[in-house]
Amino acid sequence: MYRREWMGLLARAPADALDRLWRKLDLAPGYRWLRPPEVGGVMVRGRMGGTGAAFNLGEMTVTRCALALDGGAVGHGYVQGRDKRQAEQAAMVDALMQGDLAARVRAVLLEPLAVQVQAARDARAAKAAATRVEFFTLVRGDD
Amino acid sequence: MYVAVKGGERAIENAHAWLAEERRGDPSVPELSLAQIREQMALAVNRVMAEGSLYDPDLAALAIKQARGDLIEAIFLIRAYRTTLPRLGASVPVETANMRCDRRISATFKDAPGGQVLGPTFDYTHRLLDFKLAAEGEVPAAAKAAAPQSGPVPHITDFLNRDGLIQAEERHDATPPDLTREPLEFPANRALRLQSLTRGDEGFVLGMAYSTQRGYARNHAFVGELRIGRVPVEMEIPELGFSIEIGEVELTECETVNQFAGSKTEPAQFTRGYGLVFGQTERKAISMALVDRALRWRELGEDNLGAPAQDEEFVLSHADNIQATGFLEHIKLPHYVDFQSELELVRRLRAEAEAAAQEAAE
Repeated sequence: MYRREWMGLLARAPADALDRLWRKLDLAPGYRWLRPPEVGGVMVRGRMGGTGAAFNLGEMTVTRCALALDGGAVGHGYVQGRDKRQAEQAAMVDALMQGDLAARVRAVLLEPLAVQVQAARDARAAKAAATRVEFFTLVRGDD
Repeated sequence: MYVAVKGGERAIENAHAWLAEERRGDPSVPELSLAQIREQMALAVNRVMAEGSLYDPDLAALAIKQARGDLIEAIFLIRAYRTTLPRLGASVPVETANMRCDRRISATFKDAPGGQVLGPTFDYTHRLLDFKLAAEGEVPAAAKAAAPQSGPVPHITDFLNRDGLIQAEERHDATPPDLTREPLEFPANRALRLQSLTRGDEGFVLGMAYSTQRGYARNHAFVGELRIGRVPVEMEIPELGFSIEIGEVELTECETVNQFAGSKTEPAQFTRGYGLVFGQTERKAISMALVDRALRWRELGEDNLGAPAQDEEFVLSHADNIQATGFLEHIKLPHYVDFQSELELVRRLRAEAEAAAQEAAE
């Protein structure tokens, strides 16, 4: 998993799922804030016709923060919504993934979280697939 | 003109306390939680997010609760909150081609590659009240297919585009104008029109769209494709030097395929209208596409038929229900001085008329 991927996963994951796994990880590293959690808006853009020039669709809430572990690793958290604790945990995970504990964080937190998020997606996709229309043509009689 | 007056503080306080009590309703009935509103009034939540122009289901649920279910009041609350948020940046334009579709239908191609996927739709329901919902009960589980809906589904218009049968959309990433930063001025370009329509009042945009179907600047729209689903939102993070996903939003996208244009030099080609709206908001997205198409008459070299849906100043100036509500409702504020002067004028006119009548009679 690349940094881009885990940051995206942490941004999209349900806050309670992340919190549960964070507790399971049972780590409390010392850190200082580089940027304490801040709630803001990001303007979401679309494209005309789905493929053309950009236009502004509307904003979404995002919470971001940055911290430095006592060892020096810097972690950034960008998460959807207004949950400051989720942003903090995301930044913590991001920082820890750059150090010696990376393997443990990956195994205990990131991989199970990815599985959960994927399972939720698959469940929705399976329901969608069940509503796919199978057309059949009525054959007109010859006589 | 309205005039500031003092007094009435106690009456206002008491009115607000009563409002809070009425909002709660009969205390013997359990109170609604925000999660209940978010999960069970999801389409109301979607409308508040779309027209409030802020994607945050929990906040929209709170606004609906606070507004006692008055969606325009809820939208007002969201718009007011939105102005307090620092702007962290703008996303990379979302790629709706990568949408994980819950629903995806085409009215133009039966055998559209990727299939026709109905999703959780009201279509084909009988619109008969379901009294089972009045009683508490278990909901039957939705069916699941063995193989999930797989991968991204191509846009229908891609197929037409490949053969040059539909007008191409030129892809570029120039920063679009933002009507939340600069006041809307006319003529507006298409980016501003689309931003204005996507946050516009659903009823108003629907009415405008309907007028084009009834013949006021008719443009013969087919729903080439309607899709509802989730797309990831990416943003460039300057401190990282690369872009990351910062979340995902549910969107409804409608692409219409409209009457063709052609000339002596250019072969005939279909044209497009486009709707893209936060949440599952199908009626709004279709309406937006029809109105977008009607407003494009100038760039497509069509005649201005004088239809309301072709008049961008009319459409865009009246589509915003918060602006409209603000101006409409301000007339209930004290206009005592204005009215006093009008009252005096009417009295004087009447007195003069009476005097003139008297004179004529004498």
